[in-house]
Amino acid sequence: MADQELDARGLNCPLPILRAKKALNDLEGGQTLSIIATDPGSVKDFQAFAKQTGNELVESGETNGEFTFLIKKKA
Amino acid sequence: MADKKMMIIATKGSLDWAYPPFILSSTAAALGMEVNIFFTFYGLQLLKKNLSLGVTPLGNPGMPMPMAMDKWFPVLGTAIPGMQGMMTMMMKSKMKKKGVASVEELRTLCLEADVKMIACQMTVDLFDFKPSDLLDGIEYAGASSALAFAGDADINLFV
Repeated sequence: MADQELDARGLNCPLPILRAKKALNDLEGGQTLSIIATDPGSVKDFQAFAKQTGNELVESGETNGEFTFLIKKKA
Repeated sequence: MADKKMMIIATKGSLDWAYPPFILSSTAAALGMEVNIFFTFYGLQLLKKNLSLGVTPLGNPGMPMPMAMDKWFPVLGTAIPGMQGMMTMMMKSKMKKKGVASVEELRTLCLEADVKMIACQMTVDLFDFKPSDLLDGIEYAGASSALAFAGDADINLFV
């Protein structure tokens, strides 16, 4: 279970990333954020976000056109 | 990553062209970059407190028209009065429906993320823009200070 959840369904680029960044600001290092989104571009974008910011993309998946991500905040 | 820098020169003042600088800047800030946007010429419209940005199909053959309007409107039809207002309205409602952020929202996110916005002093004077009509807290400067940051930036874009 993630420490915090973010519902970014219906939002388009770059809002899912910006909302995720904002949510991560409220977490401590090592805590996790789960995100659900419908923007297909968010799959590549969250990979790039993780790479650029050093926060770890622990999981990503898709079910019924919805994309889920689990990000662990950099310690 | 905190030491990466991006510089954008924003020169266009229409609704469609407002998106690239604000999308890229808000995202770059979220990625931890330091961002400056230098607004010059028509780009100054993007700094107005009250934005009134429009989009027009006139002289823009690449713009997809709703309801296949380009099929039954002659090119000159795109110049008829009211067309720009109608296109702007349709574009805004389409963006809202598709979950695309408004320009105002993206600009606010940029400001919250400490994206530095600089108005070109020369074009402010040229077009008689009043600083009271522009956002508070922005800077006014010229080409040499833009280039000083640009020379130090990892990403330089002219939009």
